[in-house]
Amino acid sequence: MVTMEVLRTCSDGQIKRRRPGAVAHICIPSTLGVSCDCTTALYKEAEIKRINKELANIRSKFKGDKALDGYSKKKYVCKLLFIFLLGHDIDFGHMEAVNLLSSNKYTEKQIGYLFISVLVNSNSELIRLINNAIKNDLASRNPTFMCLALHCIANVGSREMGEAFAADIPRILVAGDSMDSVKQSAALCLLRLYKASPDLVPMGEWTARVVHLLNDQHMGVVTAAVSLITCLCKKNPDDFKTCISLAVSRLSRIVSSASTDLQDYTYYFVPAPWLSVKLLRLLQSYPPPEDAAVKGRLVECLETVLNKAQEPPKSKKVQHSNAKNAILFETISLIIHYDSEPNLLVRACNQLGQFLQHRETNLRYLALESMCTLASSEFSHEAVKTHIDTVINALKTERDVSVRQRAADLLYAMCDRSNAKQIVSEMLRYLETADYAIREEIVLKVAILAEKYAVDYSWYVDTILNLIRIAGDYVSEEVWYRVLQIVTNRDDVQGYAAKTVFEALQAPACHENMVKVGGYILGEFGNLIAGDPRSSPPVQFSLLHSKFHLCSVATRALLLSTYIKFINLFPETKATIQGVLRAGSQLRNADVELQQRAVEYLTLSSVASTDVLATVLEEMPPFPERESSILAKLKRKKGPGAASALDDGRRDPSSNDINGGVEPTPSTVSTPSPSADLLGLRAAPPPAAPPASAGAGNLLVDVFDGPAAQPSLGPTPEEAFLRFVCKNNGVLFENQLLQIGVKSEFRQNLGRMYLFYGNKTSVQFQNFSPTVVHPGDLQTHILSAPPALRSQVDGGAQVQQVLNIECLRDFLTPPLLSVRFRYGGAPQALTLKLPVTINKFFQPTEMAAQDFFQRWKQLSLPQQEAQKIFKANHPMDAEVTKAKLLGFGSALLDNVDPNPENFVGAGIIQTKALQVGCLLRLEPNAQAQMYRLTLRTSKEPVSRHLCELLAQQF
Amino acid sequence: MVWIRFILIQNRAGKTRLAKWYMQFDDDEKQKLIEEVHAVVTVRDAKHTNFVEFRNFKIIYRRYAGLYFCICVDVNDNNLAYLEAIHNFVEVLNEYFHNVCELDLVFNFYKVYTVVDEMFLAGEIRETSQTKVLKQLLMLQSLE
Repeated sequence: MVTMEVLRTCSDGQIKRRRPGAVAHICIPSTLGVSCDCTTALYKEAEIKRINKELANIRSKFKGDKALDGYSKKKYVCKLLFIFLLGHDIDFGHMEAVNLLSSNKYTEKQIGYLFISVLVNSNSELIRLINNAIKNDLASRNPTFMCLALHCIANVGSREMGEAFAADIPRILVAGDSMDSVKQSAALCLLRLYKASPDLVPMGEWTARVVHLLNDQHMGVVTAAVSLITCLCKKNPDDFKTCISLAVSRLSRIVSSASTDLQDYTYYFVPAPWLSVKLLRLLQSYPPPEDAAVKGRLVECLETVLNKAQEPPKSKKVQHSNAKNAILFETISLIIHYDSEPNLLVRACNQLGQFLQHRETNLRYLALESMCTLASSEFSHEAVKTHIDTVINALKTERDVSVRQRAADLLYAMCDRSNAKQIVSEMLRYLETADYAIREEIVLKVAILAEKYAVDYSWYVDTILNLIRIAGDYVSEEVWYRVLQIVTNRDDVQGYAAKTVFEALQAPACHENMVKVGGYILGEFGNLIAGDPRSSPPVQFSLLHSKFHLCSVATRALLLSTYIKFINLFPETKATIQGVLRAGSQLRNADVELQQRAVEYLTLSSVASTDVLATVLEEMPPFPERESSILAKLKRKKGPGAASALDDGRRDPSSNDINGGVEPTPSTVSTPSPSADLLGLRAAPPPAAPPASAGAGNLLVDVFDGPAAQPSLGPTPEEAFLRFVCKNNGVLFENQLLQIGVKSEFRQNLGRMYLFYGNKTSVQFQNFSPTVVHPGDLQTHILSAPPALRSQVDGGAQVQQVLNIECLRDFLTPPLLSVRFRYGGAPQALTLKLPVTINKFFQPTEMAAQDFFQRWKQLSLPQQEAQKIFKANHPMDAEVTKAKLLGFGSALLDNVDPNPENFVGAGIIQTKALQVGCLLRLEPNAQAQMYRLTLRTSKEPVSRHLCELLAQQF
Repeated sequence: MVWIRFILIQNRAGKTRLAKWYMQFDDDEKQKLIEEVHAVVTVRDAKHTNFVEFRNFKIIYRRYAGLYFCICVDVNDNNLAYLEAIHNFVEVLNEYFHNVCELDLVFNFYKVYTVVDEMFLAGEIRETSQTKVLKQLLMLQSLE
């Protein structure tokens, strides 16, 4: 590639000399150009000086008496933009930029649009002018101008622009006489508006015609249209269903074309790689085609792509292989998405297997990543497993940590009972040298695999203790709690566990987590090894106590409990232990917890009879909770995107659908399994699984399969939130598990809110914790949390929480309520906006017409006013409107507006810091089914915010 | 929903030569992203992949002389397609500016924005044919 050589030959960091004779196309003072690379303070100062001078110059030009011609205006606006891009603030020139928009010269127009796109300003005055210019350009029939206007809308993408143009753009997109380049821009412009505010883009007759753009002759139009369709069909899959067959036939034509057929769209001998990828991605929005002919054709395409991967490359350039493999990986994604063609899945796996040893790091990385999802398909799981040695090797030898991480992910995904021991031991070995960033994740993975595939529990205990030894700092509470639970619940491993921890504690330096686990296990099961003189009770005690002084308070507290348990287990240690407890360092310890334990345990050991002692200090009963919290933790760490890669079950396409901004609530109901198997082992693939575990409960997997989108029963949380703008009581949230009701009252700048949490199931919620966070300036104090709220909510029960709210100053963002609990073992989490909006602190004010108008005039600065014109979403009923306005909080003033149809209101927003007077006017237009709402307040953000809130109510 | 979150061109010293945002960020956030991307990308060498996980997204990047071309996309998106989209873009720049260098991007920033808008719009790939893009760019140039 000749062109690239030039760039490559430049030495790093140095700027290549300018070409002789090349002059910057706009007259930027040369010092400006050079100064942008200066880093020393001296130059910085010089740069700032120079820029200030230039800014002063430009300002004087703009303010001068002489009207500037278009060329000069462009020149100065361009300079301003340049200065802004160097990182300096620009606070003028917007008007001049807007003026440029109406120029007839392309260059002037272009600079104007660029300025607007880069320095978006929500200044309402300007937006109107900008929109006007855009409107003219869209109507100009000049494709260059139309594209500039469309690009500006696509780049800014604001709601105001959406409101102004969302209806026009579909028309431009499907008009027969639109130029190809205009269609391309219109498609993506519409996409941007749809992403920003889907409600503004009306579906209609045009949608059918958009689908047919897939047949367009111009490949660029198809490229843009596929993106639009992919986005639109997510929300309305049925409306766009016809795109499947069109996409398949388009794909088929591309895939089967010779490497030169598509001319302009062939990239390094690969026909239309990006379009192919986009088409394959569109198909992933749907299940496999129902029509047999279409399906046949598609399978043929997929096979062709796999075949081509085996052909010798047509070029040695990396661009060729990258473009080819981009299609290949997307094809494999589609095959995995369908998960129904065993033959293709296995072929995909073999292809990826070849890449695992490719010399390109990129390909090795992508192959590992892609194989991870293949491992979860029952058809290809076995095929993936054959690559275990290569993957282990990658874990050991790859230089890029992200590649090693993918290797670890893949090992985790391909693990089953047949290879668990090998994989776990390799991961443990890797842990010794692993990067700090990923240690915790590896620890969690090892802990989960060891538990899930443990056949004998001594192996499990060994593995976890190894984990603590190798990476103690990264072993979280969840992990070592879990080993204690399992040891407590399985009596066949208790003796072994006691012996092993005892040995582990012999090490001169052992991790504090080891002391915790050791202390707990010996306290419970130390008696099982007490027969051996090498681990007699006094030896056990002195071993533990030798670690005592080096440990943190929490560990020492745990050890004190171990000691009192020892008194019960081994009466012969009583005197020694009482001596320790009685020591000044314990009884008068500065830490309350330690002191209290020492005092209480000492008294308990002296006053209680042996029987009482034995009852109080009896061995812990088995833990009822049988599912692992580690999995949930691993999932949290990996973030939502990676969850599917780690998922044991099939990928659930619906899990991508996030419902109205609320986290998807895990819906799995894992009922405790009645089987005697304490672990709930996963039913592993038949050949390897011992028959006993085949029917065992699938708890671990259940926890993991979690987030299938749960249909919400009532309105979406956002709708529910909006309903509360004009009322104070009602149901805020409801799904199959939980209902949250709200009752609230507000006076002045204070409010009190009662939240009612109802458990709709018959099962207890555990670890129930609702918390309130306030990102804005609203202070909420949680008044009281009844005991029930701290932990459990019984099935069918309702608990109440009271929030005291104080509004310190005006705010825009409502506080968030985040509710977490465990239901049948599955962690549940949701975050809701609490219905506290600024208008709750309204105090209605009555005033006469004269006063009203006087004040209205006083608030006449443009930024004090916010106005919205919008379509009625509900029937226009005067009484209902009145009720809503009163609910909103303002007083309704009769006989003020000359037009009796209009509503006029006034009120004061009370906050601790200040009071904001508000006047409002709502003008319904029954004929057009529209409203115009005007708000005037003394604070700009308040006007805008109130206007937005209220406008959504009608 | 998958789309490009931003495109950044930075030099080794961390100077931004182009920043194109396809998502709403405020100025402080933009500055933070620019610095983070620079920190993440510049420590990597030729043995590393051209992909880095970044917050909840990933960065696909390629280095040309002293310039890093970075595209931030969704974690599920097709890495190689974006890697080649970068190259395709660079080839167009190279052709348009006749052997492009860093200073071309500095002084002709307004043209670079035009090239970007021709090839990427609303965070999606708009046009991939170099011939078509260059033809359009030359046509626009003739209007100057």
